[in-house]
Amino acid sequence: MVKVRFTSALKQFFPDLRTQQLEGVSIKELITSIESIYPGMQDYLLEEDGSLRKHVNIFVRDEMMVDRHRLSDTLTDGDDVLIFQALSGG
Amino acid sequence: MQVLIGTAKGLMVYEILPDKTPKELAIHFLGFSVNMIFVDERSHRWWVGIAHRHWGQKVHYTDDQGACWKEAKRPSYQGFKMINGAPAKLKEIWSMQHGGADSQRLWLGTEPGGLFSSTNGGTTFELNEPLWDHASREKEGKWFGAGSDFPFIHSIEINPHNSSHLYVAISCAGIFESLDNGASWQPRNKGLLATYLPNPNAEVGQDPHQLLIHPDSPNVLWQQNHCGIYFTKNGGKLWTEVFLTKGISSYGFSLAIDENNPARSWVIPVESDQRRVAPDLKLEVFETSNFGQSWKSVSKGLPTTHTFDIVLRKSFKRKENLMIFGTTNGNLFYTLAETPYWQLISSHLTKVNAVCIV
Repeated sequence: MVKVRFTSALKQFFPDLRTQQLEGVSIKELITSIESIYPGMQDYLLEEDGSLRKHVNIFVRDEMMVDRHRLSDTLTDGDDVLIFQALSGG
Repeated sequence: MQVLIGTAKGLMVYEILPDKTPKELAIHFLGFSVNMIFVDERSHRWWVGIAHRHWGQKVHYTDDQGACWKEAKRPSYQGFKMINGAPAKLKEIWSMQHGGADSQRLWLGTEPGGLFSSTNGGTTFELNEPLWDHASREKEGKWFGAGSDFPFIHSIEINPHNSSHLYVAISCAGIFESLDNGASWQPRNKGLLATYLPNPNAEVGQDPHQLLIHPDSPNVLWQQNHCGIYFTKNGGKLWTEVFLTKGISSYGFSLAIDENNPARSWVIPVESDQRRVAPDLKLEVFETSNFGQSWKSVSKGLPTTHTFDIVLRKSFKRKENLMIFGTTNGNLFYTLAETPYWQLISSHLTKVNAVCIV
């Protein structure tokens, strides 16, 4: 199981949002699990081709994920995952 | 009468009270860029297109004037490719239109140039493949972006007497007409001049900024184009250019027409493509009642000091005697007088992307 935390910015679209303990051996699988709990969130995180949106970041164990296109970064039991939006001005 | 104002940081709702004063009713989607507003006169459903900086493009609707909003499934390009073979992705939702009083259809125009339709009230949208696969799109350089990465469909106009007959306006490609509910499309750009192209008379590659069909005389259409102001009296078979008063730029984005008089329209010029400010820093509205043979400034009440504001293509609307426009600097003006006398609703908004009169 990995612990998944979300930026509070997503709470306005998913009011029931809270930290989750989820199964998944890759980021891609993890997002599939997230989608099953919060239907529609995948569209907030991913482009239509399945890549991570340009201004969304995912950190695993304090490191930014690497494979933003295929989401193949692997996860191990006990990992801490943080999903948040890129910082921007204006 | 209510007006919806889509700004770069939220949707404002105003009511024009019986004493003709505006009253702010509500703010929705605070902090988000509302780029598209459409009110379906058949169902009275309000639709908005939101451009999130992080989370992509979203479509929301409400059936109770904003008391409760729901997110619709957004149109998807999944499985479709750009001309260069790259997967197509939704970049922006630009326009929406109903498919006529006798139809359940909804049309939706997007960047990168895809027209979508829904026959189930907006539950799902499907890409119109005849336009996406149009022969004019087979080569690079016929359809291209203007102030955007890719071409976008900003105007969808339905013949009110025949819901199978519609026009779309694409920046940049031009005007396309369908007589069979979108099953086939023909470019309708004869008479337009694309002065930025090697061949200004090119059939495709034109840059209409806004297109409006006349509700009573649907053979009459007006367009504010990148290269001037045009009308047609024959359904787009031939466009005629008209010129503003000598010395005044015909460049601009926004256009309004008189639903009772096809010869009458209003424009709000911009100085030039290179200098996107009010001409001579003077914000003015011009009116013609004779298909552009003559124009007069109808600008009483507008600022008399230097003004940088311009008005974008979806930000000027007219319905009955109400005319209203919002500017890129967040000024919102309206008039209810037959001879316009503009009054300020607010000078403290942010960039106005779209205006809709309910």
